[in-house]
Amino acid sequence: MSNEIMTRLAKDYVYNLMLKGEREDGRSFDEIRDITLETNVIEKAEGSAKIHLGATQVLVGIKLQIGTPFPDSPDKGVIITSLELNPIASPSFEAGPPREKAIEMARVVDRGIRESGAIDLNKLCITEGEQVWIVFIDIHVLNDEGNIVDASSLAAIAALMTAKIPLEREGRGDDMMMPVREMPVGVTLVDIGGEMMVDPVRNEEDICETKLTVVSNQDGSICAMQKSGEGVLSVEQILLAVDIACKKAAEIRENYLLNI
Amino acid sequence: MSNKPEKFIDENGLRLDGRRVDEMRPMTMEIGVLSRADGSCYLEWGKNKVLAGVFGPRELHPRRMQRANVALIRYRYNMAAFSVEDRARPGPNRRSTEISKVSSEAFTPVIMTELYPSAVIDVLAEVLQADAGTRTAAINAATIALAEAGIPMKSLIAACAIGKVDGQLVVDLNKDEDNYGEADLPIAFTQDGDITLLQMDGNLTQDELKEAIGMAQKACEQIFELQREVLLNRFGKPDEIEQLAEETEPEPEVEFDEETTDEEVASELQEDEEEAPSEEDIPEEENDDDVDEELGGEKDEQ
Repeated sequence: MSNEIMTRLAKDYVYNLMLKGEREDGRSFDEIRDITLETNVIEKAEGSAKIHLGATQVLVGIKLQIGTPFPDSPDKGVIITSLELNPIASPSFEAGPPREKAIEMARVVDRGIRESGAIDLNKLCITEGEQVWIVFIDIHVLNDEGNIVDASSLAAIAALMTAKIPLEREGRGDDMMMPVREMPVGVTLVDIGGEMMVDPVRNEEDICETKLTVVSNQDGSICAMQKSGEGVLSVEQILLAVDIACKKAAEIRENYLLNI
Repeated sequence: MSNKPEKFIDENGLRLDGRRVDEMRPMTMEIGVLSRADGSCYLEWGKNKVLAGVFGPRELHPRRMQRANVALIRYRYNMAAFSVEDRARPGPNRRSTEISKVSSEAFTPVIMTELYPSAVIDVLAEVLQADAGTRTAAINAATIALAEAGIPMKSLIAACAIGKVDGQLVVDLNKDEDNYGEADLPIAFTQDGDITLLQMDGNLTQDELKEAIGMAQKACEQIFELQREVLLNRFGKPDEIEQLAEETEPEPEVEFDEETTDEEVASELQEDEEEAPSEEDIPEEENDDDVDEELGGEKDEQ
């Protein structure tokens, strides 16, 4: 649908620029947009973060509730990640339950947090098999100018790092910080004529059919990946993308997460 | 619920189910198992049992989903409630929605969707029994079903997951390795070695990733070989066709030497149809070989 909005001319223009190795906003292929990251923006939430990735805006709130654990992990807390593409964020988003695009994005962010072991889920157990903390990561997309996944992934971990476990509210002693022990950062690249370009804006996403999101850890290992879109990627492209993504993730972590 | 095994790989380098680290579970495929579907395939891969059916190209409803220039590939991955240890709630969930999306995208690059504008090609993958690796099993079955349905494709697709247990990369995870392993990396390849599906969770270094992709590619080559075999068994092998051609060769020679009547041509045509239904013209005797070569060549590419 968004294709209808972007005129053919604009598309050709952006495409031809990219073939020359240039981008509409003057960035190089391995340059991410400016980021501003604010934490604790919502007092009612246990943790929160608002991110501007260029003009893309995402707000992530963390809420905690006591619930029952999954039967196959009775001593572990639970993470539930949801992402909504609100109609306020783009004229092409429609109200209603999340569809496959939103579900996919939520699950990629979720995998990054979960598989990196960012949260020590054992510490979220209250009584084994009966009561554990359920961590709700709710991702509210406010403005879509492209690359919602990277914005969401960064905001989610930032929000978790500031989140408090509301023990006091439950009459269980003093509040505790969320046991965060890893800082996974997602970096998405798109394929343009065989080259890989980081942090696509909306126009670029519309033109490039294939994306690869790579979520990496502090030690440079990879904790989640997702190819998305209707094209193919070569093995070389994937290895190159992973290399770039890990380097970019390290920069982002250094600049925006380590000081939280 | 099974508990985490102490060791996944024994001192002989064998896994819990007795496989080597680079060994896939045995895979069997049966083509054409559903009479109502345009193409179908039943696949067993270890304890996985998967059924794929293809319908279409056919008209797409609702119309607003139609794409003016190309066909839509609508892939539905669905798990039967009884396919897993604890009953799964029937119907789509977030996991199956995501798998359906990426699986559709795994096929879109190779299906010549431009031939059927506005249409839909429905690929339905039913997981009847699940034992890790169902999305890759479903993709392998769907490829065969698509081929049987006569959907023009530039390549077959093969998929396999690579995982990590005890710090060691292994091909085609079983359930325990999937549950307690350190990484899971499902990948789908085209025959040209391009990647059309890639997902990963767990923990891998860049070097491990590189090695894992190589292992997946090798496994997928084995799967292509199996798929090729299934298709050739169904649609005829090149050498069989050649043999048939040799057997029938003298007859047309004699007939074509004389003046052939229309009736004879017609009966010739019928005979030919059995081997090469797509040929409409009666070949001259020299063409006879060409036809068979062409057929044989086509099969080779598959």
